[in-house]
Amino acid sequence: MTIKRLIIQKTSLEKFFDVLIQKGKTIYAPKRKNEKINYEVVNHFSEVCDDYIQTTQSAKSIIFPRTEKLFNYNKGKGNITLEDFDPDQVPEAVIWGVRPCDAAGFIPLTAIFNWDSKDEIYNTRFEKTTIIAFSCTSADESCFCTSVGGNPGNTNGADILLTGMGDKNLFLAEVITEKGEKAVSFAPNLFEEDPGIEKEKYLADLPKQFNQEEIKDKLQAFFESDLWKKQSLRCLGCGACAYVCPTCACFDIQDEVHGKEGKRVRCWDSCGLSLFTLHTSGHNPRSVQSQRWRQRLMHKFSYMPQRLAVYGCTGCGRCSRACPVDMNMLEHLISIQEIQK
Amino acid sequence: MDELRKRAHELLQSGEVKLVIGYEQGNGNKVRPVFITNPEDTAKLIFDSRCVQNLAVYLSKPEVKTIGKPAIVATLPVLRTIIQLASENQLTDDSAVILGITPDGALRNFSTLEEIETFINQFEIQLEERDKKIIEQINQMTPEERWKFWVDTLTPCFKCYACRAACPMCYCTKCTVEQNQPQWIPVPSHQLGNLEWHFMRAMHMAGRCVDCGACARACPISIPLNLLTKKMMEDMKAQFGEYRIAIKKGNPMSTFKPEDSETFIR
Repeated sequence: MTIKRLIIQKTSLEKFFDVLIQKGKTIYAPKRKNEKINYEVVNHFSEVCDDYIQTTQSAKSIIFPRTEKLFNYNKGKGNITLEDFDPDQVPEAVIWGVRPCDAAGFIPLTAIFNWDSKDEIYNTRFEKTTIIAFSCTSADESCFCTSVGGNPGNTNGADILLTGMGDKNLFLAEVITEKGEKAVSFAPNLFEEDPGIEKEKYLADLPKQFNQEEIKDKLQAFFESDLWKKQSLRCLGCGACAYVCPTCACFDIQDEVHGKEGKRVRCWDSCGLSLFTLHTSGHNPRSVQSQRWRQRLMHKFSYMPQRLAVYGCTGCGRCSRACPVDMNMLEHLISIQEIQK
Repeated sequence: MDELRKRAHELLQSGEVKLVIGYEQGNGNKVRPVFITNPEDTAKLIFDSRCVQNLAVYLSKPEVKTIGKPAIVATLPVLRTIIQLASENQLTDDSAVILGITPDGALRNFSTLEEIETFINQFEIQLEERDKKIIEQINQMTPEERWKFWVDTLTPCFKCYACRAACPMCYCTKCTVEQNQPQWIPVPSHQLGNLEWHFMRAMHMAGRCVDCGACARACPISIPLNLLTKKMMEDMKAQFGEYRIAIKKGNPMSTFKPEDSETFIR
């Protein structure tokens, strides 16, 4: 899939960053604030953080913001005027420094937003965004990308993948898509030919711990299992896991009305919250947390692969890190794998 | 720890309780809640300085309630929570067996809520110096500065409601944010929606919060949102003279007395 393999010195990487800014790109990069590292708009390379395993929040909010206006409306006498989404207002952006699991997260996210109707807002943002990912040279106990089809040097979903070598003064730059090629074309002189670097030896060592196909097959018979209750008894029923997840895409639609004017907004929602499936009648088909936990896991590892041919988890481990009660996705998946049929 | 395990074992073995809610070792250096129904599993129970989650939150969880009468490992903030819940008619003497843990880490059994009340009253809720300092700074701010401070602090919130979920005092089956006819609090997480949510939450906690810190610890993006409840606590002290958790006291913000000094309510 890779178009070409190049190398770039760290000093040139900084220049490349500046070139992207000069070309009018809005750059989102990991930035440290109050001990947390998150993607923010960054104007200077010196602000970019590079000593992290994973950011607290995923990069999805750049393409799928937590709250997004779909349109404005104004109810005049006898007619309603709409001010629709304006694609020209969406900036040309670069997401700099995502991990391969976050870049891969855009694959299921894009599949969801193009499942039946094509979501214009999501697609516009996505098309205008170039993803420059950095391979992982270290991992922690919550990471499990290798168990869900990824790896610390995975190129899927990225436009360019950079892999730091040794003391990270030199990077292998794999140009994966045309978007990536276009970015490189802004400053081709900063890059050199790859002399034949073996990327693998610079990547984090992360052994595979379960087989997601096996989990998918097993889950089909587990809908009524008491497993869900056992696993989720400590689950508090918040949406932290979903909101830090790079692939969770559920949203709510709200009208915010002020007199005759108003706007329709799309905002994040989570299957972990009790209101999520509450019917107008008062009946809730998922009345207890175990049913909501089952939905979360089944959606990612059974429904999505069946309907969209893509799994809803990239093994970034954020849900496990964010959970206030140590609901650990990897641990729960391993325990499902270990159940004897 | 051995004493705790032994007591938990006895309680399950004798059938006095069906469930023990305590802490176990989690992944990495984490500890987490554990729900033990089998006496043999009491070996999983641990207690150390990492065990700070307020377990009282599970006393109102439907799936936990269906298991049967619980015993609960209760540190000082949990004991305070139990008394506050009792004052709001959410618990009685028979609701749970309390495996109290004193501030110096010893197991202490309580047979009545009154005993717990007497015990917790030895330890006044005190804000840490660091928090006192921030609250003092807030008090010194002009209204504009204060507004900016709270906007900056609360705007990052993405409304996952982990704070609400972790709080044992948030036991309503339908929260105000879920009232949508009419919609009191905007659903989206934007500046107004976030401020309304957090201010509303703080107002509902006024005079009820036991300052266990569960809300702030649960926040996945580390917003110091218990600053609001701590500030409310200081304000309550200033307005009502004391801040005491007691079975029969009534919550200051929802209690009316004919001798109240305010005239607007008459």
